[in-house]
Amino acid sequence: MSGKLLYDLKSVSKTFVKGKEKITIFDKLDMSIAEGDFLAIMGPSGSGKTTLLNMLGGVDQPTGGEVFFNNSRVDTLSEGQLARWRANNIGFIFQFYNLMPMLNAARNVELPLLLTKLSSSQRKKSVETALKLVGLSDRATHMTSEMSGGQQQRVAIARAIVSDPKLLLCDEPTGDLDRKTADEILSMLQLLNRKFGKTIVMVTHDAAAAAYAKRTLHLDKGVFVEKDLAA
Amino acid sequence: MTFLKNIIGLIFRGLGLALKYIFLTISSPVWLPFWLIAYLVEHIAFVRNALIATDLYLPFKNMERTPLRFALTVFAIFIAFLIYGALTAFDNAMNAGVDLAADDRLVTVNKINFTQTLPIAYAQKVTAIEGVDSLVHMNWFGGYYKDPREQVITFAVDQTKLLEVYGDDMLLDETHHKNWLRNQQGLLVGELVAKKYGWKVGDRIPLNSNIFSKMDGASVWDFVIEGVYSGKFKQADTNGVYFHYKYFNEALAFGSNQIGWLGIKTTDPSINEKVIKAIDDMFVNSPFETETVPEKAFNKSFIARMGDIGLIVTSSVSAAFFIILVIVGFSMALAIRERTNEIGVMKTLGFTSRRIFKMVLMESMMLACLGGTVGLAASSFVIKQVTSSPQFPLAGLMLNGEIIMQAIILMVFLGLITGIVPAINALRLNIITALSRR
Ligand SMILES: Nc1ncnc2c1ncn2[C@@H]1O[C@H](COP(=O)(O)OP(=O)(O)OP(=O)(O)O)[C@@H](O)[C@H]1O
Ligand SMILES: [Mg+2]
Repeated sequence: MSGKLLYDLKSVSKTFVKGKEKITIFDKLDMSIAEGDFLAIMGPSGSGKTTLLNMLGGVDQPTGGEVFFNNSRVDTLSEGQLARWRANNIGFIFQFYNLMPMLNAARNVELPLLLTKLSSSQRKKSVETALKLVGLSDRATHMTSEMSGGQQQRVAIARAIVSDPKLLLCDEPTGDLDRKTADEILSMLQLLNRKFGKTIVMVTHDAAAAAYAKRTLHLDKGVFVEKDLAA
Repeated sequence: MTFLKNIIGLIFRGLGLALKYIFLTISSPVWLPFWLIAYLVEHIAFVRNALIATDLYLPFKNMERTPLRFALTVFAIFIAFLIYGALTAFDNAMNAGVDLAADDRLVTVNKINFTQTLPIAYAQKVTAIEGVDSLVHMNWFGGYYKDPREQVITFAVDQTKLLEVYGDDMLLDETHHKNWLRNQQGLLVGELVAKKYGWKVGDRIPLNSNIFSKMDGASVWDFVIEGVYSGKFKQADTNGVYFHYKYFNEALAFGSNQIGWLGIKTTDPSINEKVIKAIDDMFVNSPFETETVPEKAFNKSFIARMGDIGLIVTSSVSAAFFIILVIVGFSMALAIRERTNEIGVMKTLGFTSRRIFKMVLMESMMLACLGGTVGLAASSFVIKQVTSSPQFPLAGLMLNGEIIMQAIILMVFLGLITGIVPAINALRLNIITALSRR
């Protein structure tokens, strides 16, 4: 592993309580992610990939252990503090794009900037840059409901990078796309990683998608199984 | 069989479509201005920036997303405020007589009830009582103009005293007043009545009575209009017509030398109680006992007799608002439920729960204010249309500041009530459950 440590998970546990039943997803999991990494996480359904990503993104709290981001602890932050931390540091990309149907492409991309103190002209510039990066400058005023899946995911990527976060968290970003479109999206993520230095953590079922990453971790029943830990 | 089914299906679809477009046409006063606003918001940068700065932009965009539901909801609110504006203004106008009645005025009527008469001699006797500044006796003439359905509110009065008591309300040209005093057949006409029939000074007008007849058997009195008075306040009543008691009394076939009631002005409101007691004590145990009340109370009981309009108004407005509350409440709850996933996404992006709570409340508040404002404007328009017709008999029917203030409070209240439960749900919504629900 090279570079500065971005994430450090120290014996993180996660237990869900369902009625009287306790389901342990993770038991004392250790994990670290370096700045500039492009990590793919694979594993069977129910192995805890989304849960792990949620904990990395601070939308879910571990029930035990510690999560460090840039050497400061984040799992103990309050809901409001976490929201601000997410807005500043993380871009999210979802399987089903999760765009706002009442906003056009540019307004969707602008959404995270409404959380900043940027002026409208600064916002406009950032949105233009992000849209240009994903190759959708000419679709800025289109409604996203009229776009193809690949285009929608590109809008989502633009939204994720518009506030220039260090880290992108992607949960099966190509799960809903055909091979060709998926390759376009993955190349784009690779570009963001290589050229713009974004650290990326991507959950995927698809080995071909994982091949775009620098390294792949295989998760099974809450533990990383050593398959091909090429780092 | 399938053919018939297809036909029926087609008819239903056609009906549905027709209903939709009929509704959209009817509700156009609501969504047309909204469209304009929506256009401005998207295309004028500073409007949009202002909305963004106040966190109103996203709630506003959310209102646009389901046009038919939006139109239905806002239309419901619109109707409620239309009813509110019109009925409250009506109620206010009805009560204007109560509010405008001067505090220093009393009314003395027969104790049995106010339709029973009193002897004319009472006027003299009451004048002598200490604290009585001036006094005018009045008779209800039961007047109508040509057609018994064309009622004219006509009083036979002591013409010399009318303005001494009621001059604070009535605005009358000096020479007109003098001419009216001089001419025994002179008629003093309220502005609204004059407008209604197109009467002007100098016109010869016959008025019939549906109560009294003259010695010759006729029930028609001939008059010459000598003056038209207007109100000193916007809401003052100018529906009355006044003429000389002497002209009335001398012609009567029966029941002469009787008066209907006394209008009294005291030297000061603080001594009203004393004067009331002095008057009623004076005639106690006489064949004609009196009851003296402040004019405000008299007007109030008079209105009460006309059916409790206040109650009708309050209950209709409350019913309308209750229905609207349910409709809008459900609509909001449904809208927010449908957006569960989006709210989860927004929270993930870093919007705090408090901020989302506020946005949901703002949305219901904007709905209420939009529908309410347009509804109030429409009621103002309706009132203008109604009152501009010369046939309309009610003075002072208008939306005053108080009604508008109350309406604004109602809008905020409606927005809060209908938005609070969805807003709390949005506040509490957990990101993980929101995002896994798809
Ligand atoms: N809120 C919750 N309450 C209870 N159990 C949960 C909750 N969220 C997840 N789980 C359970 O945790 C386990 C891991 O879920 P997770 O969504 O992380 O799996 P995954 O690896 O992302 O699966 P998939 O590939 O199907 O997306 C599953 O067994 C799931 O049922
Ligand atoms: Mg998953």
